[in-house]
Order: sequence, then structure tokens, then C-alpha cells
Amino acid sequence: MNGIVVEANELTRSFGDFTAVDRVTFAVARGEVFGFLGSNGAGKTTTIRMLCGLLAPTSGSASVAGFDVATRAVEIKRRVGYMSQKFSLYDDLTVWENLRFWGGAYGLFGKRIAERARWAIAISGLEGRRDALVRDLPGGYRQRLALGAALLHEPPVVFLDEPTGGVDPAARRRFWDLIDELAASGTTVFVTTHYMDEAERCHRVALMHAGRLIGLDTIPALKRVFPEGSVVEISCSRCAKALPVVEALPGVVEVALFGDTLHAVLERPGEQADLRTRLMERGVEPVEVRAIAPSLEDVFVRAITGAESGHGLAGAAGGRP
Amino acid sequence: MSDSPVFDVRGMQVRYGAAEAVRGLDITVSSGEVLGLIGPDGAGKTSSLRVLAGLLRPAGGRAEAFGLPIWPNRRALHGRIGYLAQRFALYGDLTVDENIQFFALLYSVPGWRKRRDELLERVTLTRFRHRLADRLSGGMKQKLALACTLIHSPEALLLDEPTTGVDPVTRRELWRLLGELVVEGLTLVVATPYLDEAERCSRVVLMKDGQVLADARPGELQARLPGHLVEVSGGPRAAVTRVLKNLEGVADLSVFGACVHVRLEGISDPIGAVRAALAGAGITSVHVREIRPSLEDTFLYLTGSKPEGAQGEVA
Repeated sequence: MNGIVVEANELTRSFGDFTAVDRVTFAVARGEVFGFLGSNGAGKTTTIRMLCGLLAPTSGSASVAGFDVATRAVEIKRRVGYMSQKFSLYDDLTVWENLRFWGGAYGLFGKRIAERARWAIAISGLEGRRDALVRDLPGGYRQRLALGAALLHEPPVVFLDEPTGGVDPAARRRFWDLIDELAASGTTVFVTTHYMDEAERCHRVALMHAGRLIGLDTIPALKRVFPEGSVVEISCSRCAKALPVVEALPGVVEVALFGDTLHAVLERPGEQADLRTRLMERGVEPVEVRAIAPSLEDVFVRAITGAESGHGLAGAAGGRP
Repeated sequence: MSDSPVFDVRGMQVRYGAAEAVRGLDITVSSGEVLGLIGPDGAGKTSSLRVLAGLLRPAGGRAEAFGLPIWPNRRALHGRIGYLAQRFALYGDLTVDENIQFFALLYSVPGWRKRRDELLERVTLTRFRHRLADRLSGGMKQKLALACTLIHSPEALLLDEPTTGVDPVTRRELWRLLGELVVEGLTLVVATPYLDEAERCSRVVLMKDGQVLADARPGELQARLPGHLVEVSGGPRAAVTRVLKNLEGVADLSVFGACVHVRLEGISDPIGAVRAALAGAGITSVHVREIRPSLEDTFLYLTGSKPEGAQGEVA
């Protein structure tokens, strides 16, 4: 299909009796930032290893940049970049030495290496620091340098495996601004993460659970699983004490303590005014109830609960960008 | 409720050799509060928790718990304070039950069997009580660690990044349980690098380089972000970004997936201004609305970290 850079069709991988990836189907378009979200053990890494041509599928198929992962692994390796939190840079080499090393490993030589290394230094914000040891760089710089190194051979697709663990929010935002620029210039970015706030920056998000794809859509579409007005924030004095009162009300599906407030999921939207009255009747006041947007965590938790009872989220079957 | 705060810290310092991990921390934690210590790696969160837990002697300043200086009274205070370290050591070759028993004996908890059964029920591990800790999933290990930390019924609980690497369902379960404990009167201090987790706290202390940048309730903190935050969705992203970067009053701009977030200062009708600017460039099919800033937005503003400039960080 035109513009599709990564495609998986009923992709499956078993290890003995254990199915790590179970009939997963999706397609990622050129220039898309695609989030692959799931907890440890959900099947994220196994999927990536198959997509990079490192692990053969048990059944189903996948292609990257038009090449079948089962038969054309060599071509694929030249067309993907890979970066993880733990991987890729040598602490006791300088910035420049690292880039030359990786350039060589990716089959670049001569002027091309120097040219791409200069590009990587520019996107990392490391101009004038090419002779610094990597170990002396702050985390945020190291991270952007690792990304630059993974892109030296200009792959159309880059896989980022939990890329921003442990860096501070400012560095993280810079990293994501960089991701966005890359995507805008046509690089497809495939990111795995178990952090919801990171996933919020992706164009589309795939939710993985126990080897299966249980949801796939844009963030706003995923959030529409909760009709507008069905997630509310309740402000009251002594909210902790009010929690059991809210929980006992009919029509309240779930309630949780959020600092000075409570977040509640209502069975039907538009019950806010009613909720307020009923709480005041029960001696909780002053009460203010307002609708809030569900978090991606709300969506994910609901998708997992749904999957375990046999209903995924709408959109899970399709998977086209 | 006693009069003295659960924790009272003034000018506290922690040093490792020549390195200053905490330089003058001031915090007061009252009974029933959920205090979030938020900051990047190296901000001094773990060191601060370790002082509160009585595991680390402060290099200077005052650190008291329940009105008692912590370090000289650490043995007496251990019974009243629980501490869940980032990498909590469970015994992999002991069962769930045996791990809890070990901590019960360590703390000489009278009647620990009843307490253990009750905690197992609360962390939904009763079914797995005879399983070796090594054979539990990450989320289950974390729940077991929490049960071990609670076996002696502490009045205050210190948690160091309790949900790092935990799946969303378990994470929610953990927070639900913590919420219940708070309702029952437990005081919590939670260190976390994740700003969405900070929204769970009743008060947030932002730390950077061993110092406090801000200490406020999450809502108050967000109110400190000047101007209005506006979200633009549905338009061609690159073009939207280009137009808005040059719009008067735009103090900050960031892309979130398919949306662009802009912060405008000194503009009376920010939504109108954004719409007009986009319409002027022929972009009309967009959805523009004002949104509430996240703690991350606020944190970035308060730490003065300009997302655009990558240069400031290298000394």
C-alpha cells in the first residue's frame, strides 16, 4: 500500500507454549509517530525484534520499507535505525569517536561519515563539544546523540525502545520536539513506551496487552471511548473522607483520589448536577463537579479490562493510519 | 492527631564527599497529606527520602519526624515510618508469605499473621501466597513489597518511585490502595519523576539540583503559569506551527501528537487571536480550545527550561 512503511499482518511469535505476540495487525504510514504502548511482557520488544529482522515470525507476516521481515532481513537492517534507553553509546569514547564508530558499523565511509556525524552533532545541540567524552554529557544530550547515531545511515524508519526513561522534563520535551521535526521531514518513528504522558505525543497509539493488540487509534479517538462528561473531577473539602460516599452512589463506576480532588467515572454522562446534589444531601460540601478529559491511562485500563472480558476497543481490528 | 507535623525539615543538607545532593531543603508534612517530591534524576529526591527514613545522616539542618530529630531517634522511629526503596529487596527464593513473615519478624510485629492475611487480601495476592517471589510479575512484586513495608502498620510511608515499570492496571490498583490508606489516616511522601503521578498528590514539591523550586498544591502550581494555554487540533501541523510561531503574544509552543499547544501572554482573546492568525494563512478547518496546563507545562516554566534552546544545559 502506498505510503505504508511498516506493516504487520496477523503477526505471531510463540516460544514453546507461550505466545508472546498473538495475531497482531497494523500499518504505519511514512512520517507517522507511532506509539506502541504496553507494560513489561506485553509483547512490545518481541514485535520490534521481528520488525527489525532479528527474530522470525511463527506465523503471519510483516514488512518494513517494502521488504518482508522473514526473507529480506539484510535489506531491512540497512533501512532501520534502533535506539534504546540502555543501548548504543560508548561512555569512554568522545562524541566524534562514537559517531565515526556507528557510521562505520552502518556501512558509511569517507566524506559521508563526516557529513552525517556533523548532522548528528547539530541535532544533539553539541556543536563545539565533539571531543567531549560521552560519559561527561548530561542525560538529555546523550539521548539526542544516541538518536543521531541511530539515524546516521538515514533510515526511513527508526525504532525507539523506551527512549526517555530517567531524563528530566525539559530534556524530554526537547527530545520530543526533535522527534516531531524528524517525522515532519518524512522519517517514520516507531516508539515503545509504558509511560502514558509520552504516548500523548504520538500521532497514533497501539495498546498491547498479553501479546494482543487491544486498541489502536489517535489519542482523541481512543479517548472517545468515554463519552464527553462521563469523567468528572469533584472538588470538596476533605475529599479523602468523601471518597467512600461517592463510591457508594449509584451510577458511579469508579472513583480515585487525586490530591485534593476526586476523579470519578460515571455510567452516563451529564449526571454532574445530579451528583452534586446527591453529595450535598449526604453532607459533603462545598462540592464542585466538572467534566474533565479522560487520561490515556483511563483508556488503557478500560481496554485491558474489556479485553480480559472479551471486548476490545473499537478500532483494534483495523489498524490503518 | 498530634500537634507536631509528621515531618518537619529545615535547611536540611546531604553531602556525599564533595558532592552536595541536597542543599537546604525545607518541607513540612502534616498528617494525612500526600506529598509528592517531583524532579529529574539527581534532584535529591532519594537522598531526602533516605534522611526521612532515618537511613542517612543529614550533613546539616534540621530533620524531625513526629517532633523528634530523626537521626538520633531512628530506631524508635522505624516502627512508625515505612520506606519502600526504588529497588526493594524481596527474597526471590522465599514465597510471598515468607517474605512478609520475614519483615514481620524484623519489626517484631505482634499478631502479624492476621495483619499479613489482611494485607494479602488488600493487595490481591492471597491466591499467590505460596508462590516464590522470583516467579511473580513486576506488578505483583511491587504489591508484595508494599505489603512488606506496611506489615508494621506505619503512620507515615515513604515511597521512592513506586510505579516505575509497573503496568497501568497495577499502577492504578496501587494508587487505589494508597488512597484507601490515606483515608484511614496514613501520611504519604512519594518521590517520582513522572508528572502525571504528581497529580495524585495533595501537595507537590518541585526539586532541582538539591533545592526546592516550588511547594504548592497542584492546582495552585498550574495557576502560576502566566497567560493562556491553547490547543489547536485538526489542521496541517507543520503549517499551524509555522504560523503560530510568529504570532504576537506566543510565549511557548509545543507539538503533542496531532495537536499543537501554544501559550499566549498578554492577549485578551487568545482563542480569537489564534483563529484569526490561522485563518489569515488560509487554515480554517481547525479545532481551537483553551486547555488546562499540565504539571509538566508548569514545571518547564518554573525551572526556566526553554524547550527551544538546547544550549543552556552544557556548562
